[in-house]
Amino acid sequence: MKIPNKAKTALALAAGAALIAVADASLGPFAVRILNLSAIYVILALSLNLLNGFTGLFSLGHAGFMAVGAYVSALLTMSPAQKDMNFFLTPIVPWLREVQLPFLAALLVAGLCAALVGLLIGAPALRLRDDYLAIATLGFAEIIRVLITNAQPLTNGAQGLKAIPKYSTTWVVWGAAAAAAAFLVLLLRSSYGRTIKAVRDDEIAAEAMGVNVFRVKVTSFVISSFWAGVGGALLGHMITTIDPKMFTLMLTFNILLIVVLGGNGSITGSILGAIIVTVLMEALRFLDMPMNLLFIRTQGLPGLRMVIFSLILMIVVLYRQKGLMGTNEFSWDALSSLARRLGRKGGK
Amino acid sequence: MLRTEGVYMRFGGLTAVADLNVEIDKGEIVGLIGPNGAGKTTAFNTVTGVYRPSEGTVRFKGRDITGKKPHEITKRGIARTFQNIRLFKDMSVLENVLVACHLRLGAGVAACTLHLPGYLKKEREARAFAEGLLDSVGLRSLADEPATSLPYGKQRRLEIVRALATKPELLLLDEPAAGMNPQESLELMEFIHRIRDEYDLTILLIEHHMQVVMGVCSRMYVLDYGVTIAHGGPEQIQKDPKVIEAYLGVD
Amino acid sequence: MLAIDNLSVHYGGIHALQGVSLEVPEGKIVTLIGANGAGKSTTLKAVIGLVKASGGSVSWDGEPISGLPTKDIVRRGVVLSPEGRRVFPNLTVDENLSLGAFCRSDKAAVAADRERVFSLFPRLKERMRQKAGTLSGGEQQMLAVGRAIMTSPKLLMMDEPSLGLAPLIVKMIFDIIREVNASGTTVLLVEQNAKAALEVADYGYVLETGRITLSGPGRELLADDRVRAAYLGEAG
Repeated sequence: MKIPNKAKTALALAAGAALIAVADASLGPFAVRILNLSAIYVILALSLNLLNGFTGLFSLGHAGFMAVGAYVSALLTMSPAQKDMNFFLTPIVPWLREVQLPFLAALLVAGLCAALVGLLIGAPALRLRDDYLAIATLGFAEIIRVLITNAQPLTNGAQGLKAIPKYSTTWVVWGAAAAAAAFLVLLLRSSYGRTIKAVRDDEIAAEAMGVNVFRVKVTSFVISSFWAGVGGALLGHMITTIDPKMFTLMLTFNILLIVVLGGNGSITGSILGAIIVTVLMEALRFLDMPMNLLFIRTQGLPGLRMVIFSLILMIVVLYRQKGLMGTNEFSWDALSSLARRLGRKGGK
Repeated sequence: MLRTEGVYMRFGGLTAVADLNVEIDKGEIVGLIGPNGAGKTTAFNTVTGVYRPSEGTVRFKGRDITGKKPHEITKRGIARTFQNIRLFKDMSVLENVLVACHLRLGAGVAACTLHLPGYLKKEREARAFAEGLLDSVGLRSLADEPATSLPYGKQRRLEIVRALATKPELLLLDEPAAGMNPQESLELMEFIHRIRDEYDLTILLIEHHMQVVMGVCSRMYVLDYGVTIAHGGPEQIQKDPKVIEAYLGVD
Repeated sequence: MLAIDNLSVHYGGIHALQGVSLEVPEGKIVTLIGANGAGKSTTLKAVIGLVKASGGSVSWDGEPISGLPTKDIVRRGVVLSPEGRRVFPNLTVDENLSLGAFCRSDKAAVAADRERVFSLFPRLKERMRQKAGTLSGGEQQMLAVGRAIMTSPKLLMMDEPSLGLAPLIVKMIFDIIREVNASGTTVLLVEQNAKAALEVADYGYVLETGRITLSGPGRELLADDRVRAAYLGEAG
């Protein structure tokens, strides 16, 4: 019997939702946290991939936009009493103290604020290219971080924010991840998406075909910033405390690794990469603990997990330069042809 | 249709194009020839907005387009191909053409992403238009192949088709016959005549294959070291001693 | 002598070369002509090890070279001047030429070859200190040919040296090929300009969709009706 691909997709999505429901109900809090962290990294990896993989813009400013989203959403959802508890050194500005929005509205505003910052940064920075762009975006992200650290009455400075309402439930984060994935699939499959990829492949030819290259770049940058802001906000609502030190280059770097590992320019790759990396990061945590390897006893080397992790990444990049998926996407036809090939190999 | 008035293009101390005065009427096929490094491609680039001329004006259909951005100039109806083929390499043949259709699609990023009914209708029309174009040049069966997997001659043809998809009135071709054997060059000549008639085009082309230039152009301009050294019809140019000395060589 | 025996190359599912056999005797000019996509460039790339052959063998000076890494093949004096102006855009014209002589230790001969290249292409001398990326397309082509001459190869394989050059320069290029050959270099030439290539070549092969369909001395092929119709653009 031949099932149409659309039906297969609907079935798969339903199965995925059911799987998440079961996991959410049966797994312990630690495992659920990893599950949800994966979803947030899916959003972040997708948004960075839009820039790096699909528009061909090398940006290192992701953590900055995440910080904007995380702070905006946290401040908009905390009650005045919670804010007072946080701002015990310098009082919070009065208007911000009173504002309190429902979570989803705050999440949307967080994304929009990050997008606005993206527009302000992108307009000058996107006149640069390649490594210059990377350095400029890195610099801007650092500026955002320094501003947050010093705008004490707005952000509580270096103390950060604690007791952020824990809104990032499994359904919220996976819902947002699904929305981000759907958004990107729809965008990239559309005519506008083709112009984005055209800019990546050849700017001069794209310009000659009537594509306003600069505007396409800015648009892509703004969209990416929006989702980075949403991802950052969800992260804040999951771990419930944020401070400026969280949003350094290291965070951007982790997301970049996911994008490269999954495949620069593959939505499927970013999704798989985010889940694999998040799970591995936790699964390899035992490496940091004291170990008893028959004859050798280790004292527990904090950071060994990162070493092993970096090695795995190097091996992947050396032997599969284009990452897990290359620029390929999941499709039912590709899956069935893969199954057929494996079947044939097994039959031999 | 196209008119350049005293266009100069200087890079540092080097004058790549000096006092270029080209005038092309509607429906003409005009050639731009000259030795390598004479400034032919630079001349193209000043017309298409890649460079802003150091001096002079470029007029298209009577309006000043000097210093406009390339995408604005394409929108006004000038399309071009490139000397060293510039296809979108990670995209299929059809997608390459569809990128060029976006210009006349009139759909923004929101309408595209949300797949609004208006956009979907335009996208269907663009697809039909692109497929029709590919069909008319015999590339329809290759529509889903990666653009760079095509043999060289077909890539050149695809580049021309992609330029046509922007619905230009003036088409600039930069060495369309480069890398083609004589037989393919003959087919190309027919092709250029055909698209001129079918799509109501005016064409300016740079070319070194004399067979092609002489066979297809009604007039030509000859550049050497950025200076226009001759201008006229094929017979006149072939007899011009300055052109023979600088460019054609003696047989 | 270069001997290609029953060479096959597959690109994915495409059988690009289907058992090509040809010989380039020492001191001769041999040309390979054919339509776009026939497999001419693939043949050259397979000889130099840039694409992997799926069958057959290549030998140079009696020794098999198939399967060797490209750098080792180049060190044996087999050099490819690739199609499409593969110059180093951020190096000057002079530096590009020096890179051509990278493997050579005979300084005096290198200097002499540099002078020869400049006398062949005065345009390159004018632009000696300019970055190669700022040259026009045709000038880059001259530079690519010049750089190949600088390697002082025993076997020079040229992939469409006349591509994008003005008629006057095209005539010069073929004179240069003759001259390079006269100074002892064996030449394997791939050209779209079949007429000029066959005029300069001692022997020619016609490649059609991955197979050799015709071969013979250059003059004979020039007179062949099939060649005239298919590749010279003349009525048969």
